[in-house]
Amino acid sequence: MIARWAVASLFFACVIGLWQLAVNAQIWSPLLLPSPASVFTYLWSAVEDATLWEAILVTVRRLLIGYGLGILIGLPLGLLTASFKWSQDTIGVLALGLQTLPSVCWVPLALLWFGQTEAAMLFVVVMGTLWSLIIATDTGVRTIPPIYSRAARSMGSSGFHTWTHVILPAALPFLLSGMKQGWAFAWRSLMAAEIYVTILTGFGLGHLLHYGRELNAMDQVIGVMLVIVMIGLAVDKTLFAPVERFLHRRWGTARG
Amino acid sequence: MQSVVPSPGTNPTKLVLEHVSKWFRTSSLHVQALDDVTLRIAEGEFVCLVGPSGCGKSTLLNLIAGLDRPDGGTVQADSQTIRGPGPHRLMMFQEAALFPWLTVLGNVLFGLKLVHGLNASERREKAEYFLELVGLKRFMHSNVHELSGGMRQRVALARSLAPNPSVLLMDEPFGALDALTREQLYGDIQRIWSQHRKTIVFVTHNVREAVCLGDRVILFSPNPGRIREEFSIPLPRPRDINSVDLARYSTEITRVLKGYVQSEVVE
Ligand SMILES: Nc1ncnc2c1ncn2[C@@H]1O[C@H](COP(=O)(O)OP(=O)(O)O)[C@@H](O)[C@H]1O
Ligand SMILES: [Mg+2]
Repeated sequence: MIARWAVASLFFACVIGLWQLAVNAQIWSPLLLPSPASVFTYLWSAVEDATLWEAILVTVRRLLIGYGLGILIGLPLGLLTASFKWSQDTIGVLALGLQTLPSVCWVPLALLWFGQTEAAMLFVVVMGTLWSLIIATDTGVRTIPPIYSRAARSMGSSGFHTWTHVILPAALPFLLSGMKQGWAFAWRSLMAAEIYVTILTGFGLGHLLHYGRELNAMDQVIGVMLVIVMIGLAVDKTLFAPVERFLHRRWGTARG
Repeated sequence: MQSVVPSPGTNPTKLVLEHVSKWFRTSSLHVQALDDVTLRIAEGEFVCLVGPSGCGKSTLLNLIAGLDRPDGGTVQADSQTIRGPGPHRLMMFQEAALFPWLTVLGNVLFGLKLVHGLNASERREKAEYFLELVGLKRFMHSNVHELSGGMRQRVALARSLAPNPSVLLMDEPFGALDALTREQLYGDIQRIWSQHRKTIVFVTHNVREAVCLGDRVILFSPNPGRIREEFSIPLPRPRDINSVDLARYSTEITRVLKGYVQSEVVE
């Protein structure tokens, strides 16, 4: 464990070292490639005058609400398409089609429908999450060996109990990969929306990135990108990784 | 030909199947899985169903379990028509039907949680008792994938026994195990049966296994699934699968079985 930490630290120290070397070599203008120190200075000042915290808060809030809504709607719909032919032929086909649509494509539509409001942001995130989650849930439920629900039924389980105690847990490996994919899509679509659209109700990380470009403030652009990467990593390590470890231990499979 | 002898002994009748038939219709073909099957099983009796695959043995167990309905005839338990599954008649399957998302203990608790009137500590106590009974209490916190095939079927047995069903339905439960593990389980199942006196309907295609375990061995033939003949096995218990007496019975039954399987092929 310590060895892995050491290797990882060394690796990232090397990356920053190379970055500094490239800056020292003065191949590119410092306007295009700011030094690591100036990026960290920007981040420090943004933390101190609270703009960074506010932006993180705004973005993460949108993300969590949108993603949560996506799961809340997508999971039952996925269960529905897996259970009934009519819903598979309707909602299932719709989800399959819309899943191929890059989530950025929802931005113009969201703007026309909702204007420059919070609702537009949430709409884009929900559309980014929903379809892949429906597909993953549907696939997961269909892949469950029928013997599980037969065994459960024999023991007196039925209806809602079977869904919550057998079908959902049995589909968990698929649900998790669907949720991870949904998370990535939600993140991407929200950043795209924030970069393209000025929303009067809150300044997110995407907006910081956008204004960094407008102001030619490369330290801000790179700093905000780093923060976005960090949030993505943190969510993966704290939200998904523990569930993955649990699955790995219980199922005894090398998933993910 | 069909010979139906009322079950021996003085115990009350537990299960009654009368003129049961079952069809399966798919787009390509109609299969008559069971044709006019009549069978009585006494309380506490150990009955083995034997026959080549496709003769409707699993279908019959599904009907008794209440997982499926007959197309004709009646299936009754305790003089009541069976309307659905329930913890009084539990099924144990050949394949690993244990839930991989639960621990060994969690699997045994699953059925117990569906029994009304037990609190958490009573459930836990029962689960541990039955895991002890199959010799796996040490492994109660293990994950299913960490167990061998034989251990898994033992857990499945504990899971089926824990809700205290009066009827245990076993569909080739040892079919996927090696001979040595199977022999151990024959000992276990006989010991548990003599202690707990369940009514057991046990499906197998292994005649020796059937003679080793059953009070009665019932032979089925396929296309359509019918009862062909039945044999009482009055051997003392516990029985050893390798004993000479047992071999005499299984030789005789195998001869009869081969006889009608071959005549079927000739037809
Ligand atoms: N769900 C089903 N759908 C279609 N046919 C079935 C189904 N279940 C069983 N059958 C058919 O019914 C017959 C009896 O099957 P089964 O009861 O599984 O036999 P056994 O357990 O003795 O091998 C077989 O021909 C099988 O193909
Ligand atoms: Mg079968």
